[in-house]
Amino acid sequence: MKAKLIAIWFAALGIILISNCTSSKGQQGEYLYNVYCAPCHMEDGNGLERLYPPLNQADFLAENQEHIPCIIRHGIEGKIIVNGVEFNEPMAGIEDLNDVEINNIINYINQAWDNDIPTVNFKTTEERLQQCP
Amino acid sequence: MKYILLPIAMMAILSACVEEERQLPIYGEVDIVEGDTIYHTIRDFTFMDQDSQIITNETFADHIYIADFFFTTCPTICPKVKQQLIRVRDAFPDEGRLKFLSHSIDTRRDSVPTLRKFADKLNISSDRWHLVTGDKKDLYDIAEDYFSIAKEDPNAPGGYDHSGYIILVDKNRHIRAYCDGTDPDKVDAFMKDIQKLIDEIDEG
Repeated sequence: MKAKLIAIWFAALGIILISNCTSSKGQQGEYLYNVYCAPCHMEDGNGLERLYPPLNQADFLAENQEHIPCIIRHGIEGKIIVNGVEFNEPMAGIEDLNDVEINNIINYINQAWDNDIPTVNFKTTEERLQQCP
Repeated sequence: MKYILLPIAMMAILSACVEEERQLPIYGEVDIVEGDTIYHTIRDFTFMDQDSQIITNETFADHIYIADFFFTTCPTICPKVKQQLIRVRDAFPDEGRLKFLSHSIDTRRDSVPTLRKFADKLNISSDRWHLVTGDKKDLYDIAEDYFSIAKEDPNAPGGYDHSGYIILVDKNRHIRAYCDGTDPDKVDAFMKDIQKLIDEIDEG
């Protein structure tokens, strides 16, 4: 009886810990997005006119998934075309973010607003970051 | 007789309330000089906009305008303020009496051509909206007139510290409304103030 109770207690603890983990993961991506990315890309992900490109429903984001981790870390310069519109404003990298945080931001962006881009697992993000130019 | 006076008094009080609600206040310190009331007034200025036009107080004679402080490489609040200002402009599309004056506080990087490029990317046209640069001291000093902060700060993101206020100025150079330009709800209320000031002009 006592063993059973302990088992239940551990199971409950496990569930609480796991659910905490997943929910804080989602929150961390959103929180970091709002701190580091939203000033330019805006909280609704729609960017600003022809100055800062959108992330919401953006073909560039969907088609460049393998480059996104390095863009977040090291920034990007030069001309890019997003949904047929040319943008040419340098973006500074955010060197302070670790691999996990970058992964969480990507998964927030991929699923936020009207986006439905598959989420990316941590291993993939880690590998992509190792291959940054 | 008493009973007749009471409704009249009440009506007077009510109409006073309504009147007060319709008129926007004049913000800032008030001086009384020889019996005249002197309100806080934006000082004389001379700046240059994105199309190399000289911009002075005269540019805004017979207009009302919204002022703000920014720099083009600002990584924090400026894009949000610009987004909200664009929303204000688009809410008054045909109101020629409403103009915009955005002061760049980064005199080192924000040259006239840089401001022009920035304006083009935001679809900002100088017939209504002037992005200006000028003498650094003049820009930082005039920020005080607009209850704003503008200063160099190596510890601030992007190298400059400034507030995100947007300020509504009437044709007599008095500040009639201001708000945090990063907060869409406050900007909604601010737009109602703009309409009140436009109504005030219409009423003469």
